[in-house]
Amino acid sequence: MNRNRRRQLANRISRVLMYLFAAIAILPLALVLIYVVIQGLPAFVHPEFFYNAERPEGIPGGGIANAFAGTLVMVAIASVLAIPIGIVSGVQLVEYGHGRVADGVRLACDVLVSIPSIVIGLFIYSLLVVAFHGQTGFFGALALAILMLPVVVRTTEAAIVLVPGALREAGLALGLPRWRVALQLILPAAVPGVVTGALLAVARAAGETAPLLLASLGNVFLTFNPGQRMSALPLIVYHDALTPYPDLVQTAWGAALVLVLLTLLVNVLSRLALRRQIRLAGRI
Amino acid sequence: MATAQATEVRAGAPARPSDGFRSLTTVISLFAPAVLILIVLVVIVTSLPAIKTFGAGFLTSTVWNPPKEQFGALPFIFGTVVTSFIALALALPIGIGVALFLAEQGLTGLRTTLGTGVELLAAIPSVVYGIWGLYILAPWLLLHVSQPLSEALGHIPFFAGPARQTNILIASVILSVMILPTLSSISREVIRAVPGGLREASVAMGATWWETVWKVILPAARTGIFGATILSLGRALGETMAVTMTIGNTPRIQASLLQPAYTLASVIANEFNEATGTLYPAALIELGLVLMLVTLVVNVLALLLVHRVSSEARI
Repeated sequence: MNRNRRRQLANRISRVLMYLFAAIAILPLALVLIYVVIQGLPAFVHPEFFYNAERPEGIPGGGIANAFAGTLVMVAIASVLAIPIGIVSGVQLVEYGHGRVADGVRLACDVLVSIPSIVIGLFIYSLLVVAFHGQTGFFGALALAILMLPVVVRTTEAAIVLVPGALREAGLALGLPRWRVALQLILPAAVPGVVTGALLAVARAAGETAPLLLASLGNVFLTFNPGQRMSALPLIVYHDALTPYPDLVQTAWGAALVLVLLTLLVNVLSRLALRRQIRLAGRI
Repeated sequence: MATAQATEVRAGAPARPSDGFRSLTTVISLFAPAVLILIVLVVIVTSLPAIKTFGAGFLTSTVWNPPKEQFGALPFIFGTVVTSFIALALALPIGIGVALFLAEQGLTGLRTTLGTGVELLAAIPSVVYGIWGLYILAPWLLLHVSQPLSEALGHIPFFAGPARQTNILIASVILSVMILPTLSSISREVIRAVPGGLREASVAMGATWWETVWKVILPAARTGIFGATILSLGRALGETMAVTMTIGNTPRIQASLLQPAYTLASVIANEFNEATGTLYPAALIELGLVLMLVTLVVNVLALLLVHRVSSEARI
């Protein structure tokens, strides 16, 4: 009897601990979101925050337009480079992915994902920045593309695997060539899942700072030209947060809030896409 | 052009296993491995001047004095390893608690909320954790944890004061938050992969929930959880921005958690753009090489472990 009571007590304590740990896990998310909103919102009060470029400390009217433009241009270029290659690679892994080569590609993607982003910055710097005597937005975009590629490959593969095999068999049985089955039958059925992967990769690229420090450096002037140095939202957060000037720190918090809002938006979108994928796969 | 070729091949032999489409997509899929190999090669080649100059002493020297061209990696290796392991120690119990919660049956609403929350934790950019850590968490920790600790336990080397606002402790706490999603989501998959029969047998024998978890589920999931832990370690080792903003950036080896330190990734982020001459940048790139090799080994190990578990579960 006594022993049983001890067992029940241990059980109850461990259950409580599990709930406690779960609560602790969610606490930082709440705290980060609350503080970023509290500290960042005052920056939004001035509309010029959104359409002016950065200004030095003490001069009012500074904004984040240069960072916005940089993030937009670099992430767009990186997406154009990484997403098509990633999707085709993902299709390949599902359609022909049984050999040793495909296993190598999978391993390479998993390893590429885990390479510290600052090392990718060093790579771009040593290979391109040195050769061309300076940082450009295009080099930053290349670094971001390298970060995005493995994410797109693996999520595309995962999304296509979800498509029922019967669809592929039906297509092949009707005499469709393999490439038409893969691109016109299987891939469309996996579009929401593929979109989820692409969105996650875009979010990852938009929030990345370390490689841009070395590859695109930053630029206090507004430019849409990827041949020049470019700023980015995370770069502004990093640089301005470490200055001793309250107005620049305020800009940093504002940029951080923009980043968080973008991340949340992309996350919600990718979740919706994923839900569609599951419904679509269920219908086939 | 290549698509046309694919059609021609197919027209001759329908459904032949090897066709132009296959060759084309295979070539494209080799992009990722090619980039990976190129990265490794370029980083090795560009750090060669430093490797030649400093030899193996680079890894064991504790002096980092760029103006005198003295470059030693040990303080950074120390900072990287210490912060990563403290972060793991903090995140491990919480991560497994979350994984158990998520793998539970019932409580669907709560579970979805927690799962979404932890996933969002992974989505927040590193630099946002950095600014939050620097301006919100660091002052709070200093006032409520670091200072009381150094006053009460200052005679223990680990808590030697005076406590500083940016230190090893806060960098580790932030890192632990950042690796929590990896840890808990992989552990959840591993725990779910434990055959239901084991759990049912244990419950049927009259074991409580805790006894089932502690004596049946966790031992069965041990390898996979170990893999998840190592994978998280890999993430922690390479994390740059949040650590750079909170660790205090001082290349020093000492025991106290309440003092600043420096990591491999942070010193590259901080000093690379100001590094002049040939040796200084090369030394920083060699630090990057060390970082890359360590994370490569750690991650391949973890991948093999996780892969083994998931292929066993499939049988």
